[in-house]
Amino acid sequence: MIQTIAFYLFAVLMIASAVMVVTARNPVHSVLWLILAFFNAAGLMVLVGAEFIAMLLVIVYVGAVAVLFLFVVMMLDIDFAELRAGFIRNAPLGLVIALILLAELVLGIGAYRAGTIDLGIATGENAVVLGASNTASIGAVLYSDYLFLFEAAGLILLVAMVGAIVLTHRPPKTVRGHQNIGKQVRRDPNAATVMKRPTVGEGVEL
Amino acid sequence: MIGIEHYIIVSSILFVLGVLGIFANRKNIIVILMSIELILLSVNLNLVAFSAFLGDLVGQVFAMFVLTVAAGEAAIGLAILVIYFRGRGTIAVDSVDRLKG
Repeated sequence: MIQTIAFYLFAVLMIASAVMVVTARNPVHSVLWLILAFFNAAGLMVLVGAEFIAMLLVIVYVGAVAVLFLFVVMMLDIDFAELRAGFIRNAPLGLVIALILLAELVLGIGAYRAGTIDLGIATGENAVVLGASNTASIGAVLYSDYLFLFEAAGLILLVAMVGAIVLTHRPPKTVRGHQNIGKQVRRDPNAATVMKRPTVGEGVEL
Repeated sequence: MIGIEHYIIVSSILFVLGVLGIFANRKNIIVILMSIELILLSVNLNLVAFSAFLGDLVGQVFAMFVLTVAAGEAAIGLAILVIYFRGRGTIAVDSVDRLKG
């Protein structure tokens, strides 16, 4: 009973905050609603016993991705009212496409419930280890059968990090400008300085 | 009792909301990126729900990889957004087709 109440609470809150992400006027509010949606999704995952993924979702999304979004939204000086101009015009088309997509998905779920689609049965090969926690079971699977994919995921993160730094890094501008050694060496002392021996009573003409 | 259908329906609604967000906010790249995050979240929810109800852990492992790709995608997308804003002073999607090299 309490599980059912918790499921509906998390689900309704998550969908409501997803609606707010899409329709909020201020992108900063959108990011904050996104954080709420992620928290509720993590709650839904805890309800089915996937604590590790749920905590990963909170750490990675709320701790890293959402903060990154907040930084970018606040760092860039953007006129959001101008960007919002087409919302009313574009919304009907989006709604039609969304409704068609939702109808298709519900049709698919209905077909699944009617039992006409055979999804096969779980082999039980990677079943949850009895008595072990969710995290320990995932570790047992991840570090044995999926070790290569795990390393590849680390490589993807490394490439993403290097790419983001290369894209946004600007070489620092020094205040005095850079020393140009070639220009200094090419400089001819005879052209740069003039020896004058002025006589008394006359000025120097340069 | 909460069955797998409940989870599929919730994640379907979330997916559709993400698609709606892309269509409705066609000018604002930041909200489009957030809508993509919503879509990936719904996929993750589906993977975890099936994994839990079928008693097979591979779904949760795969959800972790989806999470990795989503984080990398957000980082690269926002980096491109920042350099695009530096060059043009706006983030309207209309003129992104002039982005070269």
